[in-house]
Amino acid sequence: MEMYRSHVLVCAGAGCISSSCKAVQSALQDNIDKLGLGGEIKVVETGCMGPCDLGPVIMVFPDGVLYRRLKPEDAAEIVSQHLLKGKVVTRLMHQTEGAGGQPGGHEKMDFFSRQTRIALRNTGVINPESVEEYIARDGYRALGRVLSKMTPEQVVDTIKESGLRGRGGAGFPTGLKWEFTARSAGYPKYVVCNADEGDPGAFMDRSILEGDPHSVLEAMAICGYAIGSPMGYIYVRAEYPLAVERLSKAIDKAREYGLLGENIFGTAFNFDIEIRVGAGAFVCGEETALLASIEGRRGEPRPKPPFPAQEGLWGKPTVINNVETLASIAPIIINGAQWFAAIGTEKSKGTKVFALAGKINNTGLVEVPMGTPLREIIFDIGGGIPGGKKFKAVQTGGPSGGCIPAKHLDTPVDYESLTSLGTIMGSGGMIIVDEDTCMVDLAKFFLEFVQEESCGKCAPCRIGTKRMLEILQRITSGKGREGDIELLEELSGGIKNSALCGLGQTAPNPVISTLRYFRDEYEAHISERRCPAGACQALLTFYIDAKQCQGCGVCARACPAQAISGEKKKPHIIDTGKCVKCGACKTKCKFNAVSTL
Amino acid sequence: MSNGCACQSQVTREHMDEVDRLIAPCRGQSGNLIQVLHKAQNIVGYLPREVQLKVAEGLDVPLARVYGVVSFYSLFTTVPRGRHKISVCAGTACYVRGSSQLLDRLSEDLQVRPGGTSQDGEFSLDVVRCVGACGLGPVVTVDDDVYARVHTEKLSDILALYTKE
Ligand SMILES: Cc1cc2nc3c(=O)[nH]c(=O)nc-3n(C[C@H](O)[C@H](O)[C@H](O)COP(=O)(O)O)c2cc1C
Ligand code: FES
Repeated sequence: MEMYRSHVLVCAGAGCISSSCKAVQSALQDNIDKLGLGGEIKVVETGCMGPCDLGPVIMVFPDGVLYRRLKPEDAAEIVSQHLLKGKVVTRLMHQTEGAGGQPGGHEKMDFFSRQTRIALRNTGVINPESVEEYIARDGYRALGRVLSKMTPEQVVDTIKESGLRGRGGAGFPTGLKWEFTARSAGYPKYVVCNADEGDPGAFMDRSILEGDPHSVLEAMAICGYAIGSPMGYIYVRAEYPLAVERLSKAIDKAREYGLLGENIFGTAFNFDIEIRVGAGAFVCGEETALLASIEGRRGEPRPKPPFPAQEGLWGKPTVINNVETLASIAPIIINGAQWFAAIGTEKSKGTKVFALAGKINNTGLVEVPMGTPLREIIFDIGGGIPGGKKFKAVQTGGPSGGCIPAKHLDTPVDYESLTSLGTIMGSGGMIIVDEDTCMVDLAKFFLEFVQEESCGKCAPCRIGTKRMLEILQRITSGKGREGDIELLEELSGGIKNSALCGLGQTAPNPVISTLRYFRDEYEAHISERRCPAGACQALLTFYIDAKQCQGCGVCARACPAQAISGEKKKPHIIDTGKCVKCGACKTKCKFNAVSTL
Repeated sequence: MSNGCACQSQVTREHMDEVDRLIAPCRGQSGNLIQVLHKAQNIVGYLPREVQLKVAEGLDVPLARVYGVVSFYSLFTTVPRGRHKISVCAGTACYVRGSSQLLDRLSEDLQVRPGGTSQDGEFSLDVVRCVGACGLGPVVTVDDDVYARVHTEKLSDILALYTKE
C-alpha cells in the first residue's frame, strides 16, 4: 500500500452530492496534480459525514480540519496553503462554538464531540468502495472470530446479552429474533436486510449503505452463521440508486476476497447475498409485505402470527433486520456484549442514529447514546432553530409516530420514554418544526401520506383513514364542525384496534398525538376559524400593504376572482368578500406587498 | 387512459428484442418479476400491455399477476412519460420546508397535474416520498440530478437547463 502524508476526505453523501461536491473534488485533484503533490496527498471519496447543512464538506487528515460550504474556486487556496504549506485556511472552516468561536479541528465541534459512533463508525471515514479500507478498520474481523472461535449459540447469546434492539421501528430484541429463527424447523432459512427506509425524512440507512456497505454484509453473514442460513437478501428502495450500486460492488468484492460465497474463511460455512430493488411502496417496509415483494408479488402484508421467524420468505424461517441494527453487530462481537450494554439506558442499550431535518440549523445525521436528552440533540448538537424562530415540536417515528412539544425537551430519548410521550422511536427520523408550522396541517400531511400508501387490503386503513383525512381537510379549510375532534378520536381508536398491519394500526398516531399536545390549535380552527400558526391559507385574510405596493397591477391580473382593484401606480386593494384565498397575488407580487393576517 | 402524447414513445422492434434478451436468463422464475419489470421499464420507458404480456409469458406467470404488480407499485407506469422527469419531494422534511409551493408552481408553469406529462411531451411531473437528502430540503430532482434548497424563484433556472434549444 502506498503511504500518503495527508488524506483529503471528500463527503459524497446524498446531501453533499446535491450541493455539487463532485466539482469541488475534481478541483482539489486538479490543483494537487498541478503542484505535483499527487504522490503525497490522496483524495478519498467517503460516505456521509453527517453535517449535511454545511455541504460540500471535506476533512483534511491527519489534522482533522473540516472545511465547509466549499466552491470549486476554494480548492486552489486549500491546496496551496494548507496542503502545501501547512497553513490552515481559517476563512473556510466552520466557526465552532465549542472552541470558543475559534476554528479548530472537527473534533472540537459540538456536532461531532457529543456523538458516539458505532453504527456510523466508518461512514464518512472510509472509501466505501474499498474493502481494504474496511478491513483496515477491523472489518470482517468479527466474522472471522465468529467462524473460527464461536458456536452459533454463542453468537446468539452475545447478541442477546448486548441488549441490542431492532432499529427499524418496533425495537424487538435482536438476539431473541435470531434465537427463534435458529430454533425453527425448515430449510433453507433466510437472512433479510430491510433497507426500504420508508420514513420520509430519515436517511441513516441510506448513509450506512452508501458509506459503509460491508458492515451490513458482514453482519448478515454473522447472522447466517448464527441461525444456519446460506442465503441473504437486501431489499433496497428504488429511490436509492447509489446505495444499490455501492452494495453490488461491495458484494462482488466480498465474493472475490472469499468473504461471501462458499467455504468462507476456509470453513465449511457458505453464505451469499442478493439485492432486491423495491418499486415505490411504503408498506413494503413492513416485514410481511417486504417478503411478498421479494417473492415478486404485490407488497401486501399478511396477519401475524405466523411470524417470519417461523414462516418467512417462501414459507421458510427468516430473520428480518434493519440496516442500522445490522451495522451494530460486528462491533458487539469484537468489543463484547458488556461493552455495548454499558452504553445507553436500562432497557435501551447502545447508541441510536438520528436524522435531523426540518427547521433546524445543523441538519444531518448524528449518533448518540440512548438516553441523551432531546434538548441536547436538538439544541447542542443540532444548533437550534434558524431565523430566531421558536421551537414548537419534534416529530419522531414518521407517519406512525407523533410529536413532542417543548415542555418535554428534557426527556432522555429511548424506546420507553418516547412511547410514554405518545410517539415512537421509529427509524430515528426527527423532523423539527417551528412556530410557523400548523400542527393540524402536519397531521393532515401524514394522513394524506397514509391514504396514498395504504395497500387497500383492509377496510379500516383504506376507508377509515380516508374519513379522518376528510375531517382534517374540512378543519384546515375553515369548515370544521363542532364534534369533529371527538369524531377523529373515535375513528382513531377504531382503526388502531382493527387494521391488519402496522401501517394502519399506527396511522392515527399523528392525529392522536397532535390532539394530545395541541388541542387548542384544532379548537381555534374549528370555533374561531383561525390558524394560530398562520399556515392554513383558507383561514387567512389577504391584504396589500399600501407602503410596499407599486401599483404595477400584476396581482390584479393574476387574481382569478377579480378581487383586486386599483389605479395604475397607486396602491391596490383586495376585496376580502370576493377573495378566494388562492394566494396567486402573493406568489406573483415582486415587491412582497401582499401579506396575510 | 393515455395522457400526454404517446406517439413518440411507441414500442419498437428493438425494444421488444431487448426485453426478450432480458427475460431469457430468468425464464420461468416468477420471483424475479419486479426486477425484470424495472429493467423492461428502463428499456421501453413505460410498461404497455404488450410488454407486460411478454414478461408474463417469459416468466410463466398470469398476465393478471403482472398487471397486479405493475398497478401496485408507484414507480411502474403504463403510460409514456416525458423526456425529462421532474419529481418534487413530498417527504416530511421537505414538506415542512415548503415543498408543496414548489409543486404548485411547477404544475402551473408546465400546465400539468402531478402524475401527468406536459403537452409537448418534454416534462412529466411527479411527487416522490423522500430521496434521502432531507437535510437540504426542499428537494427537486430532474432525471438523475438532485437539486437542494430549491425555492420558487430558482425553478425557472433549473427548468432552463433541460429545455430544448
Ligand atoms: C408500515 C411499516 C413500515 C415499516 N417500514 C420500515 C422501514 O422502512 N425500514 C425498516 O427497517 N423497518 C420498517 N418497518 C419495521 C419492519 O416491519 C420490521 O419490524 C423491521 O424491519 C425489523 O427489523 P429490526 O428488528 O432490526 O428493527 C416498518 C413497519 C411498518 C408497520
Ligand atoms: S424528505 Fe425530502 S429528501 Fe427526505
